[in-house]
Amino acid sequence: MITATFNNYIGGAELVKMEQGVSIMKAAILNGVGNIVGECGGQAMCATCHVIVRPEHREQLPPLSEDEDEMLDCAATARAEGSRLGCQLKAGEHFSTIEVDLPETQ
Amino acid sequence: MNISEHLQSAVIIGTGHSGVQAAETLRESGWTGRIVLLGEEQHAPYQRPPLSKDYLDLDKAAGPLPLRAPSFFEEHRIELRLGVRVESIDRAARSVRLSGREQVPFSKLVIATGASNRALDIPGSALSGIVGLKSLDDAGNLRELLGPAWNIVVVGAGFIGLEFASAARAMGKNVTVLEFADRPMSRALSPAMGDFFARHHVDAGINLRLSEGIASFLGDEDGNVATAVSTSGSQYAADLVVVGVGVVPNTGLARAAGLPVDNGIVVDHDLRTEDPDIYAVGDCASFPSPTGTGRIRLESVQNSTDQAKHAAGQIAGGADARYEPVPWFWSIQGGVRLQIAGLSSPGNETVLRGDPGSGKFSVFCFDGEVLTAVESVNRPGDHVAARKLLGRVLAVTPEQCGDTAFDLKSQSNALALTG
Ligand SMILES: Cc1cc2nc3c(=O)[nH]c(=O)nc-3n(C[C@H](O)[C@H](O)[C@H](O)COP(=O)(O)OP(=O)(O)OC[C@H]3O[C@@H](n4cnc5c(N)ncnc54)[C@H](O)[C@@H]3O)c2cc1C
Ligand code: FES
Repeated sequence: MITATFNNYIGGAELVKMEQGVSIMKAAILNGVGNIVGECGGQAMCATCHVIVRPEHREQLPPLSEDEDEMLDCAATARAEGSRLGCQLKAGEHFSTIEVDLPETQ
Repeated sequence: MNISEHLQSAVIIGTGHSGVQAAETLRESGWTGRIVLLGEEQHAPYQRPPLSKDYLDLDKAAGPLPLRAPSFFEEHRIELRLGVRVESIDRAARSVRLSGREQVPFSKLVIATGASNRALDIPGSALSGIVGLKSLDDAGNLRELLGPAWNIVVVGAGFIGLEFASAARAMGKNVTVLEFADRPMSRALSPAMGDFFARHHVDAGINLRLSEGIASFLGDEDGNVATAVSTSGSQYAADLVVVGVGVVPNTGLARAAGLPVDNGIVVDHDLRTEDPDIYAVGDCASFPSPTGTGRIRLESVQNSTDQAKHAAGQIAGGADARYEPVPWFWSIQGGVRLQIAGLSSPGNETVLRGDPGSGKFSVFCFDGEVLTAVESVNRPGDHVAARKLLGRVLAVTPEQCGDTAFDLKSQSNALALTG
């Protein structure tokens, strides 16, 4: 089973089961996690799917592409160590379990 | 909650990007009354942009990207009603009438009806196999027709037509694009950018016919389209035709209710119509140009969501911030990622940053000294910098923008910090 844990900025946590190939952004929307917008529909064009991956889950992920890297500079909440675009991280392809923090604003 | 709040009811017509956003922002801004969200489509609210992009990938299972989770509407106490069409607005009675004659009262009304595809009115346009792409139903239909189709004609080299054409070409289809203007996407892009995309599509094997419009269609004995005839008399074999010749805003309800319409429902800086309790947002709204001349109507996700947020904020609490967002837009065509920030005008001077031949460059558009828009291809850093620089006087000079050694990022970050 592939899972993602979303921690929101006021301290709540939500564990979500994910299907193969589904992005963190889409999983958050489908499950009503809140605080993920995904305005561009997952094209790395909007940075409203910003998540901060917990340190222990970062290694397994692919490196930032130029698009992802630059767009993170556009995020409404300033990027931090571990910041990623949720639409670029896919269940099964990039992780089998992951835990992320959600920024206060997208 | 006091009684008057309880009686308050905000009605939103349209369950697209702007309607859903208006409902959400209303609730989040503290509106305690009813929120009724009415839409004629049967589907739960979904994102449109993927319909001409990822959704066309026949190797992947078809599944729309929802705008919100199914539980969202209940949690936010939004009464979402799908498959209901609003037939009229009765301003005197303060209610809207639905297709089944039911009346829904409102104290505030948001019209978020979007736009409809412009139809072709030429001989043969009623043949089967000639379709448009606007809704999830259209996209589902197109997915079915696309598999077996071999010769595809796209009418109109706008964003949606070209996104579709690239996707079809990537599947190995024989694709012809007919465009009346002498450049693709000429309404929205600088000539330099339009020329780049024209080359890109031709190199990908698309038969891009510029300065050549559609004249008529010929069908076979079963009533299916078989041939597209262009304005130059050329004939192109076609077993599928996708028409993308722009849209017309859905203004009928407003017009019938006596509200002014001018290429969209006329609204002021706060997205309010002539009736102080009625707002219009998104693709259907014609608003005062932020640069001060005339009115504009935009068709983009950013515009729909930002307008909806502003209008809902006004309704819920009369937030006094001015509506002046930086417009942005994107398109993906055959792997090329186009990002646009700002709004250019036809006479703008343009400066190139980077070499179009390298497939990574930007066009900076200036009105005199003022940066008006930046179009970027595979240069996301320029786009991000542009979003921070736009709207600032003397932010950067044309010379700086043209010089790739000039550090645009630091400049934009420094200016962003000064607020
Ligand atoms: C295929 C496609 C690709 C796109 N790609 C991009 C892109 O890459 N980037 C970008 O920024 N933008 C893109 N757009 C544009 C973007 O999707 C629109 O600007 C946006 O959807 C507008 O939102 P809206 O809420 O104003 O209207 P819509 O999303 O069109 O929603 C209006 C809704 O109102 C309903 N309605 C109308 N009249 C009535 C009535 N009388 N009663 C009840 N319901 C009614 C309609 O059925 C519709 O569901 C694309 C659009 C399409 C069609
Ligand atoms: S959804 Fe837009 S960048 Fe991820």
